[in-house]
Amino acid sequence: MTEQLPMPTPPPSDESGCGTSRRAFLGTAVATVATALTGCGKLSKEEFLQHHFKELSKDEVATIIARLEAEYKEKYHKTVKVGTEGPIPGVIFGYGLDLSRCIGCRRCVHACVKENNQSRSPEIQWIRVLQMDKEDGVNLEHAEQYYNPAEVPQEGHFYMPVQCQQCKKPPCIKVCPVGATWKEKDGIVVVDYNWCIGCRYCMAACPYGARHFNWGEPHLDAADVNPDTHYLGNRPRPKGVVEKCTFCIQRTRGKEQRYTACVEICPTGSRKFGNLLDPKSEIRQVLETKRVFKFKEDLNTQPTFFYFYGV
Amino acid sequence: MNKRPIRNAALMLLLMAVPALASSPAKKREPVAQEGIELPKPPFSDGIFPCTACHDGKQVPVNTQRRELGMHTEIELQHGPDSRWCLDCHDASSRDNLHLASGEKVAFTASYKLCGQCHGDKLRDWRVGIHGKRTGSWSGQKQYLLCVHCHNPHSPHFKALKPMPAPTRPEDIKLTKGGAQ
Repeated sequence: MTEQLPMPTPPPSDESGCGTSRRAFLGTAVATVATALTGCGKLSKEEFLQHHFKELSKDEVATIIARLEAEYKEKYHKTVKVGTEGPIPGVIFGYGLDLSRCIGCRRCVHACVKENNQSRSPEIQWIRVLQMDKEDGVNLEHAEQYYNPAEVPQEGHFYMPVQCQQCKKPPCIKVCPVGATWKEKDGIVVVDYNWCIGCRYCMAACPYGARHFNWGEPHLDAADVNPDTHYLGNRPRPKGVVEKCTFCIQRTRGKEQRYTACVEICPTGSRKFGNLLDPKSEIRQVLETKRVFKFKEDLNTQPTFFYFYGV
Repeated sequence: MNKRPIRNAALMLLLMAVPALASSPAKKREPVAQEGIELPKPPFSDGIFPCTACHDGKQVPVNTQRRELGMHTEIELQHGPDSRWCLDCHDASSRDNLHLASGEKVAFTASYKLCGQCHGDKLRDWRVGIHGKRTGSWSGQKQYLLCVHCHNPHSPHFKALKPMPAPTRPEDIKLTKGGAQ
């Protein structure tokens, strides 16, 4: 009987655990056993029994957000807002990166870390800047990511930042055994950190190296926490989950619909962002007037991240 | 009959005022808006503007002869120095302005028009947001930058920068942190 199965959020009136209701008793029992079996000591019963994000009712989402915000408040001693803004109708995000202007200064890499609450030790970076030889063109066999000269750009080189390409046919989503990662209507590929089981299949499937794993408990000082977060984006992550670029979902879908952090920091203006469905947006202007290519186009992942030559 | 031109003029004024009124609450930053573009102030060196503080026609006499200057020696002209000098862009008769090749005066706040005389392709790209940097909202109000915020007009090549730290190599994470921690 389905009645006997543990349901996602037991009624809060039965917090006392075993005794009053059969459902609450079973819920607690299942959670306790699971906790003992998996060794996830920190996981609360509510968290363990939480359903898939897309199946949650509004009330359930509100409960979860309240729980998360309380957890963050306790951990970081400051108010962290966890947003759940959905895709904006009539919007599909697109991104352009001008390879003729990027000088490889890595300002974007670090602005992203700051904005998106990545672990600082070891530091997880969602953007990887590749230094390549002008003679060889875009050739990954001649790409260097650990370059560190006194000044960039270096003679004879160009720079190619790589991050999540927000593919239209994302291989990472296909391989996820639990559906913890999916593509939203506005084109952003997101991860539900509460549903991710940490198998890292998506990391193996991604041809761009855009997904990153929290091998240890993320080290994030309270002072470094960006309190403006999104459930599917930059909220502080637990250990053992995969994370990735979300086009700064907390900014781009937020009230002010801001540009991403990498766009705003870039000193050369190489980064372009906008709505692919708006003919006047910068990204559409780029697509219509410049020489554009998609990275690893032959794989048919169909990125909505475009590289172009502005000159 | 006499009243009609007046009424027409009043109507015209009203029509002109409406868009101005409608757009005024949007301008929160420096009021340098031209063609509906919101721009910050030009990046003057400290105390250099207004130019008429010295170039008022009395303290410094006007000399339109092309020459090495005794003042402003910190400026190194690397912008076609063989064929160009100060008064090709700066206006001798109206020092707080620039001028186009046609002689038309242009404020420093609209210097992009001057740049666009030669770099028309860049101006076209800048207007639609391909060239240059924008901040603010991808769907709404944006802040642009003038050409001269990134390119020193006297030496416009974009200057090299020190790169920020490289990512940690995986082997170094193990060495310094004893595993994943």
